[in-house]
Amino acid sequence: MKILIVDDERDVEDLFRQKFRKEVRAGDLELAFAFSGDEALKILSADNPPKVVYVFSDINMPGMTGLELLDKIKERFPHIQVSMISAYGDQENFKKAMNSGAKEFFTKPIDFISLKKEIGKLIDHHKS
Amino acid sequence: MELSIISLILLYYLKRPMGLITVSQDWNRLFTSGMIAAAVILFLNYSQITFLETIAFFASILLGGLIVYLVIKNPELHHRKGMIYAWLPIMVISVISDVIYKLSPTFYDQWENYIEVSEFFAFAWAIVMWFNNSKQRRALEAEKLKALQREEKYKLTESIKEQLEKQVIERTAELTAQKNNLEKALHDLKATQDQLVHAEKMASLGELTAGIAHEIQNPLNFVNNFSEVSNELLAELKEELEKGNTAEALELAVDVSSNLEKISHHGKRAESIVKGMLQHSRTNTGEKVETDLNQLADEYLRLSYHGLRAKDKSFTADFKLQADPNLPKIPVIHQDIGRVLLNLINNGFYAAAEKKHQLKEANDPLADSFIPKVTVETKALKNSVEISIEDNGPGIPAEIQSKIFQPFFTTKPTGKGTGLGLSMSYEIITKGHGGKLSVSSKPGLFTKFIITIPQV
Repeated sequence: MKILIVDDERDVEDLFRQKFRKEVRAGDLELAFAFSGDEALKILSADNPPKVVYVFSDINMPGMTGLELLDKIKERFPHIQVSMISAYGDQENFKKAMNSGAKEFFTKPIDFISLKKEIGKLIDHHKS
Repeated sequence: MELSIISLILLYYLKRPMGLITVSQDWNRLFTSGMIAAAVILFLNYSQITFLETIAFFASILLGGLIVYLVIKNPELHHRKGMIYAWLPIMVISVISDVIYKLSPTFYDQWENYIEVSEFFAFAWAIVMWFNNSKQRRALEAEKLKALQREEKYKLTESIKEQLEKQVIERTAELTAQKNNLEKALHDLKATQDQLVHAEKMASLGELTAGIAHEIQNPLNFVNNFSEVSNELLAELKEELEKGNTAEALELAVDVSSNLEKISHHGKRAESIVKGMLQHSRTNTGEKVETDLNQLADEYLRLSYHGLRAKDKSFTADFKLQADPNLPKIPVIHQDIGRVLLNLINNGFYAAAEKKHQLKEANDPLADSFIPKVTVETKALKNSVEISIEDNGPGIPAEIQSKIFQPFFTTKPTGKGTGLGLSMSYEIITKGHGGKLSVSSKPGLFTKFIITIPQV
């Protein structure tokens, strides 16, 4: 199962790879990273149908914001699930994200326990 | 008889002032007594009593002699000497002729002609002397008149002087009051200016705070996340060692050590942001430090973006730094240039967002596809460094371009801007760094602020 993480902070990649090290090694999870909305769309479009089943995206990014990316993904790949991760956990962003079809809304600093649960559920669902 | 009449006349004139010369009260009293005496003598003369007439005769000689003696001997009466000299021959001849007449009337008859001739000459002498004296008197009187005029003039001058002095005092008081008022006004203005400069600093600090909070939160999250995950990795490493999987353990150790590097990197990042914030709010030390303007521009571009983003959730924009890798480090006052960059970048974002807002208001079909954008570009020139800040906002009309660097000029709604940002930026670049700050703009397309700072 492949998931895509979108964040303009490059160190996010190392963090996720280490946090989900066991799952990756067990072959349950494949991680892909993009550092902007444009890059994310490119990765999603690379395979048809895309291998990625879940996207975690930051909201605050230069250029295309996470919310704009969410709209575009929902428009072009409606079956891909998208969850938002934002430093700004305000109601406005939350509402916008939910109205646009986001599955979850995580605030920074990321609570990896709940994130792991979410991904664990995905893996279980994928296996079955 | 004649002598006492002459004495009376002489005494009368002696009492009167001559020109400016007057005699003292004591003399005046004496002369009055003399006049009374002369009158008494004159009266006795006509008494028809021989004894009294004889006494009058001697008294008149005594009085006349006394008058002549006093006038000639007393310096105080010298001004009347001329008059005495005029009358003296008549007096002497009168005494002689009286004496002769009393002693021998026959002798007197024989010599009468001679006596008359001498009387005539004495008269002539008196008249000549009188003319002479009156001339002298007129001269004295003219002098007195002149003196009086001088005195009047002097009095007039004095009064004018007094008036002028009064005016000078009044004017001085007025001017002093004005000066004090102006000094107070100046002092108030300076205080207000300081307050405004402080307000501007605080306003830009406020704009910074949100950006700073975001900018600090990110590295702090990494510090927390990486230390947490390192702990997990170390637990795994222990397990692997216990199992004897050295290769696995080594791989984990490499990860842990790279994580520690990351922790240190993000910790430093947060530290430099805090330092930057402190520098921004600190009063200007005026110290120039060799600075990497690429790094400074990057820092403030992010701070500005995140600051605006945090303040206004609907704000979205694109930003880009086109950094010249060959940009030399140049000595600048770090916090001042930071303030200029923050101000110009904030303005850029504000303008670009405003354009999108305007398009939306006008229901322009391009509104959705328009992305507000701020581009900061650094360039190494021959002897200077150039930093330009360009936005794709509505631009600045040519007629206000010349005004934008003036203090208190603002196009923002009341209360939104102090109108001091650009004028302070201008001061910092030109006066503080000997550089140039210029603007070029095409209404509807872009605005570009260009900072040029000389290398030396």
